[in-house]
Amino acid sequence: MSDQTLSGASSSDMPIRRANWFARLIYRSEAARGFALLSPTLVFMLVALLVPFMILVVMSLWTAVGFDFDTTLTTNNYQQAAERPIYGALLTRSLWISGIATVVTVVVCYPMAYYVAFHVHRNKMLWLVFMTLPFWTSYLLRVFAWKVVLGYEGVINSALMTIGLIETPLEFLLYSKEAVIITLAHAWAAFAILPMYVSLEKIDKSLLEAATDLGDGPVMRFLRITLPLSLPGVISASLLIFIPTTGDYITPALLGGPDGAMIGNLIQKQFGPINNWPMGAALSIILMLVIAVICVVFILLTNFVRRRIS
Amino acid sequence: MSSESYIRRPNRPLQVYAIVFLIVLYVPVLFIPLFSFNDSIYVRFPLEGFTVKWYVELFHREAVWNAFMNSVKVGAVVSVLSTALGIFGAKAITRYRFPGRGPLVGFIMLPLVVPLIIFGVALLVLFSQMGVPLSLYTVTIGHMIVCLPFSIATLLPRFEGFDPSLEEASADLGENAWWTFWRVTLPMVFPGVIASLMLCFTVSFDEFIMAFFLTGTQPTLPMYIWGQLRFPQEFPSVLALSSFIIAASFAIVFVGLWINRGAHVSTIKGD
Amino acid sequence: MTSDAFISIRNVDKFFGKFQAIDDVSIDIGHGEFFSLLGSSGCGKTTLLRMLAGFESPSSGEIYIDGQPMSEVPPHMRPVNMVFQSYAIFPHLDVRDNIAYGLRKQKLPKAKRDEMVDEMLELIKLPGYGDRKANELSGGQRQRIALARALILRPKVLLLDEPLGALDKQLREQMQLELRDLQRTVGITFVFVTHDQEEALTLSDRIAVMSEGRVLQMDSPTGLYERPSSRRVASFIGTMNFFDGTVSGVNGTSVEVAAEGLGTLRLDRRETAVAEGDKVQVAIRPEKLGISDSRPEGEGGRIEGTLENSAYLGERSHHYVRLDGLEKPVAVSAQNKENAIATADRARPIWLSWNEESLVLLAGD
Repeated sequence: MSDQTLSGASSSDMPIRRANWFARLIYRSEAARGFALLSPTLVFMLVALLVPFMILVVMSLWTAVGFDFDTTLTTNNYQQAAERPIYGALLTRSLWISGIATVVTVVVCYPMAYYVAFHVHRNKMLWLVFMTLPFWTSYLLRVFAWKVVLGYEGVINSALMTIGLIETPLEFLLYSKEAVIITLAHAWAAFAILPMYVSLEKIDKSLLEAATDLGDGPVMRFLRITLPLSLPGVISASLLIFIPTTGDYITPALLGGPDGAMIGNLIQKQFGPINNWPMGAALSIILMLVIAVICVVFILLTNFVRRRIS
Repeated sequence: MSSESYIRRPNRPLQVYAIVFLIVLYVPVLFIPLFSFNDSIYVRFPLEGFTVKWYVELFHREAVWNAFMNSVKVGAVVSVLSTALGIFGAKAITRYRFPGRGPLVGFIMLPLVVPLIIFGVALLVLFSQMGVPLSLYTVTIGHMIVCLPFSIATLLPRFEGFDPSLEEASADLGENAWWTFWRVTLPMVFPGVIASLMLCFTVSFDEFIMAFFLTGTQPTLPMYIWGQLRFPQEFPSVLALSSFIIAASFAIVFVGLWINRGAHVSTIKGD
Repeated sequence: MTSDAFISIRNVDKFFGKFQAIDDVSIDIGHGEFFSLLGSSGCGKTTLLRMLAGFESPSSGEIYIDGQPMSEVPPHMRPVNMVFQSYAIFPHLDVRDNIAYGLRKQKLPKAKRDEMVDEMLELIKLPGYGDRKANELSGGQRQRIALARALILRPKVLLLDEPLGALDKQLREQMQLELRDLQRTVGITFVFVTHDQEEALTLSDRIAVMSEGRVLQMDSPTGLYERPSSRRVASFIGTMNFFDGTVSGVNGTSVEVAAEGLGTLRLDRRETAVAEGDKVQVAIRPEKLGISDSRPEGEGGRIEGTLENSAYLGERSHHYVRLDGLEKPVAVSAQNKENAIATADRARPIWLSWNEESLVLLAGD
């Protein structure tokens, strides 16, 4: 390089300063830096999430007396929930409806995720955006759209009648379990695709070529390589749909009618018209616990199955 | 690499399936704008003629404007605050090892999966016990719970996608944490920040369940729609309002996702 | 600490959880020295460099730069600058803004700043590149800009983390020369991390060979090559033939060793402490061995063996010679002068010869 010397900055000596104790702690400890940075988010979540939840737990042990609460702690609400059949029936129905909706969504979305992961080469991002776009937009309006489609004088009925296929509107379309399942599956499809797409996309394509090379046809290759390797995505997609839909309120409220009502509607009623907040709190806690138990069982089961396979 | 290799050769039935899938995904929603231009208060075939009167009528309704402004205010505050917290959170999660990181991240991401009705009633209980009256502020707090996980999930790949030695280089060249953030970190994650702002705004703008439990006397736009659903004669104007919200949401989200499209590709390391 | 050392690393340990990355390392580096940390990946060399830069702090021990303890000085306040392995060129800035990045605090007028940047561009031989974007640059250009960006701040120490690792062989050799020139020009201390022993030998005034968080040996390139202190250093740098042996007599610094395959040798023990009866190793570089078809005359040792295998490399050939009583053949590297021996097409008798000064005594391990 050239012989010229550096006629550099005038203040060539950088000041060497010692920091105060706080800066020193932050600088010396990586964990301290991490916590410091995460703390605003964490504090917010603690105050807005954990604290209310704890109060909810406490309230579930109270009793409603008119418009006031009897704050002596009792498990009355839980006993009632266990004894009165309506609660159990609604909870079972909620789990059943969202279970079926979950299976439907995963089964319908898997080929789509597979297609985009393996067969879309150009404009992949555009496909992904179009697949997930509806998820970000109003859940209320997407459910409302199904009310328009399935309604007594809605799109399907009026279209069928215009063509002359039916004389009177099909009544089972709206206000039924089926309507709720269809709507839930449709509304959560965009959410289900992403985790499955990600796990499919991660599969090393040379594994598939190796399987083919070793004599597997397309079907065996799919069953022996692709499906097992994408299982984590399928599992997280299932959980991501099952958990929130179990407590869904909007869909059963708009489309469920009496036959399609779910536990979420009952919880809302306790805080609304029935005005028994402690009971509503207890139902919320029960819902959380039931979901948690089912998820743990589901995860343990899939882990067990996966270990048996491999 | 050839796109026509054995594994990747075109699969015609799957392609048809994918196109049908997309159509089914969008068509139900598209009936809303379709009927919003229909000259009838009944939502049914056959269509009776084109009109924009439902939109015109909406435009002159003060309650709609109030609800709209409420939603915009809440959405703006929520998106800015959630994104700010999301930037801190995403940086902490990607850059530092600290004990309990995994469970803490799981905790922050909880609202993504737990039924929102539970958080809604929990917050309602908290506010009522503290004697806080329900207002747009309480809705804002509820929406931040919903949006924070989305913000972090949007920003995480951005932080993961850029070489940590860029920030180290900045420190090495004499900039403290504050200036490093403004001169290096923020420009690097900027598409993610914009996307987070837009997505959080839309999620808040469209959110119903939290608002349902936490709204006081001033309704947000989805709450307004919910109130109108009881009146059959209001159905066409609800359709018009919904069409507007859907169009705006799709546009904002599309732009947001598109700006952030390179998130999973490292834009730094390779040429 | 020693008064003339410019950087002084004192008994530094570094733990990541339970893993000890640095184990009681002490190094003094002089002013204006080109100092290399050499070792395979995971030996702790990069961790040590990052501690000098301030990105990691020692678990115990202290680092002094220019007499100042550094453990509580954050990276942005240290009088050192670094060239990163990935170069860390800011992709959202052009070349000019990259180079001027660290000048913000000095609040220079724009003209002065531009002048300094132009000077740096001149120095790194990229004049006129100021307006390029980072993604329009080749690996070699990025490397130079990373250098310029650090040097414009006139650091007291420049830290380089495998800066040539990402370049192809030809460019790497050219950059080695330029780097050495640059260091002489600017006259500041360079601390250089590399896993490439040839690179370290070419560039450095002194080298510390590291393994498993410890410094095995610290010496000049010649010292390391000619007088390795252990078998690990000897085999890490270049190729070496080793012979097991036993000390049969000590007389001042002169030692007599009965070495397997070579017989009784007399050699200088230098700094190696040995007593009679110790198990030791005798080592010799392949190029220090003479090879000839007939019995060589003159001073030094000689032995007859069997030429088993040869590899012709153009300017030199590698021969592998089997000696009685040894499992491994001895490697010989001979220049292909006009009197070079023919390569082996089948095994044939051959003579090896050496000077006693070329033999290195290593304590047995």
